[in-house]
Amino acid sequence: MLSRVAESVYWMNRYMERAENYSRFLDVNFQLSLDLNEDSNRQWMPLVYTTGDNELFSRKYNTPSKENVIHFMSLDTENPNSIMNCLIRARENARTIRENISTPMWEVINEFYLTIKSKKKFEESDMPGIAEFFKAIRNQCLLFYGCQEATISHDEVWHFALLGRLLERADKTTRILDMKYFILLPSREEVGSTLDLIQWLSLLKSASAHEMFNRFYTRITPKNIAEFLILDKIFPRAIRFCLSKTFDSLKILSGTEKDSYGDETEKRVGVLLSEMNYASIDEIFSSGMHEYLDQLQVRLNGIAAQLDETYFRN
Amino acid sequence: MLLTNYQTDSFYDEMFSEEGGIRQSYHILKSRIEGMDDKELLKRKASAEKALLSLGITFNVYGDEEEEERIMPFDIIPRIVTSFEWKKMEEGLKQRIRALNLFIQDIYGDEKIIKDGVIPAEIVYSSSGYLKECKGIKPPKGIWIHITGTDLVRDGDGRMLVLEDNLRCPSGVSYVLENREVMKKTFPELFASLSVRPIYDYPIRLRGMLEHLSDKPNPNIGVLTPGIYNSAYYEHSFLASRMGVPLVEGTDLTVRDDKLYMRTTKGLKQVDVLYRRIDDTFMDPKTFRKDSLLGVPGIFEVFKKGNVALANAPGTGVADDKVIYSYVPDFIKYYLGEEPIIPNVPTYLCSREKDLKYVCENIGNLVVKAANGAGGYGMIIGPVASEKEKEEFVEKVKADPRNYIAQPVLSLSRIPTLIEDKLEGRHVDLRPFILYGEEIYVMPGGLTRVALRRGSLVVNSSQGGGSKDTWVMG
Repeated sequence: MLSRVAESVYWMNRYMERAENYSRFLDVNFQLSLDLNEDSNRQWMPLVYTTGDNELFSRKYNTPSKENVIHFMSLDTENPNSIMNCLIRARENARTIRENISTPMWEVINEFYLTIKSKKKFEESDMPGIAEFFKAIRNQCLLFYGCQEATISHDEVWHFALLGRLLERADKTTRILDMKYFILLPSREEVGSTLDLIQWLSLLKSASAHEMFNRFYTRITPKNIAEFLILDKIFPRAIRFCLSKTFDSLKILSGTEKDSYGDETEKRVGVLLSEMNYASIDEIFSSGMHEYLDQLQVRLNGIAAQLDETYFRN
Repeated sequence: MLLTNYQTDSFYDEMFSEEGGIRQSYHILKSRIEGMDDKELLKRKASAEKALLSLGITFNVYGDEEEEERIMPFDIIPRIVTSFEWKKMEEGLKQRIRALNLFIQDIYGDEKIIKDGVIPAEIVYSSSGYLKECKGIKPPKGIWIHITGTDLVRDGDGRMLVLEDNLRCPSGVSYVLENREVMKKTFPELFASLSVRPIYDYPIRLRGMLEHLSDKPNPNIGVLTPGIYNSAYYEHSFLASRMGVPLVEGTDLTVRDDKLYMRTTKGLKQVDVLYRRIDDTFMDPKTFRKDSLLGVPGIFEVFKKGNVALANAPGTGVADDKVIYSYVPDFIKYYLGEEPIIPNVPTYLCSREKDLKYVCENIGNLVVKAANGAGGYGMIIGPVASEKEKEEFVEKVKADPRNYIAQPVLSLSRIPTLIEDKLEGRHVDLRPFILYGEEIYVMPGGLTRVALRRGSLVVNSSQGGGSKDTWVMG
């Protein structure tokens, strides 16, 4: 396949995954603000921190109010990572590779764009329907994945699609976990309090992981949650799962045998995956979870850069 | 109901005869329309438009930020062509394409037609589409014009005439194919009762024609597009998809050792045939326009050496020149020894002193066009122009007579078209698509373009034109 097509399929999926994640983050945080029964701004800024776009936000807005953060992350076209921009770019990528994807896939992405492009701004009066809005976005993204899974051949195009989705997902899971680092509890006594617990729960929800977590763990503790989201082998948003599937796709693309590697990307993913295969959550906690997640993000970025070098710059 | 108050206003109408009676071929269509209440018809129109938007069958409008993509307005009342009438058009088009191909082959070869005095050398050499770089080239199988979209119009007397030939990168065929799909969903009962000739095999025939240009058993084919900002991008992608070949941009291609390659995730892969949708002079910055970022440096050399087939071949644009167009009937006589089956629109050449004088004195009754204009630009329609516009245009013509032709204002035929909630007559033309491979194939029907503005004769989509499905009866 053309290198440019591979790159576009990859980015189309990264953007769709990002849009889906953002809509979930915003929704969960919105629900959390209702639970906490307080209308404080301090609860919204951590969300912006986790996206890494805090500088841009601070330049544009005076206060991290609910409306401002929701607008910034969903509709603001000056924010390159807003849901709107992700959608515009995903659709742009889809247009350049239409002959490689199916009509149902294109229709999902195009209709999705047509439905939300007229929305320009969020007002206080939009808040009652906002959960529906975020849900609609998530549903469209899931419909897109489903369509992709079911209507295109699982050949190279498909594997580049998976790579985009998995690498984006792994990155976002590190950021979800890191969110807790940015959320300040009012005092040390509140560790383990209802507030603390609700915040951890909301992290699980941000990863759509609540039910699956409950099936495997009996107690909601920071360690259990971190273990589930970082090291689980079969939960689709767990970082280790994402890396393991990334590795599988890379192996198919390079055509190399088991226990050897075809290119630098495969090597990097393989090394990181083996480290995670032998990691324990106690070690991660004792070395500092924030530092660990920070390192993971750097390495995931390195993998994405290497992938670009190997496949898209021919 | 909608047809009860329909007025032909003394124009030639495709559906109604002068006496106000319905033409035979439209009987069934008319009774179906009349059997439908107005709301039903509007509902079907709305659902057809929604389908087009949802499929993203759009064209891009330059310089309009808010609405950069639009669907081409689509009218659901089809145009019907009888098989008898079609047979003549088909033969006429084949004859024309044969003659045009021989002409292009000749002027880049022995120039017999110039030596025999049929066309003056300076007319050929001064055409902006004439590429001296093509001199001596022999494209694969001797074919230059693989894909042609010839514009036909019907005048007030009901005669079909050739308005122009589009030999560079004629566009619109994707609308023809998609309009048909939408029409089948909109009026399934009509298709069931009429035998409309199918057209869905066009992409397969296009692919077959491209394959014919290579001697390899499984040639590697690509469609070259300038990219998503091109107004016909949708079409490029549609055709690549339907043919099952990659759609490539200039940056996807590279020339190494006199061969053309595409960049893939597994390294370089040789390209044997390229259906290019980039104009000649943008195709290769090494040979033509140095400022072009769309093309592939060195591709012309590869073509010259016979290592890649290009469709259409470079240099064919010479016959898009409206001055050269006026000689096509002579080409038909000269190369084929036949009388032209479909006549040209009578044309005055401003480069002829006598014609120039006539044009300047009678500009109010003429349509004057730049020889190399396209898309309805660079022209003036005398009867609707102001005195000032006419004076200015006369000056332009006098300053560069070679570049202008004039034609009488044709009273283009009209056809009922759904405008808001009623049917009104609107002017139309017809662009059939012709493929030249192992044999010449004319797609039955083509793009009927309709001038949606009341009284307008301009059918171009960039100027508010729309389209209709064209049904050639079995």
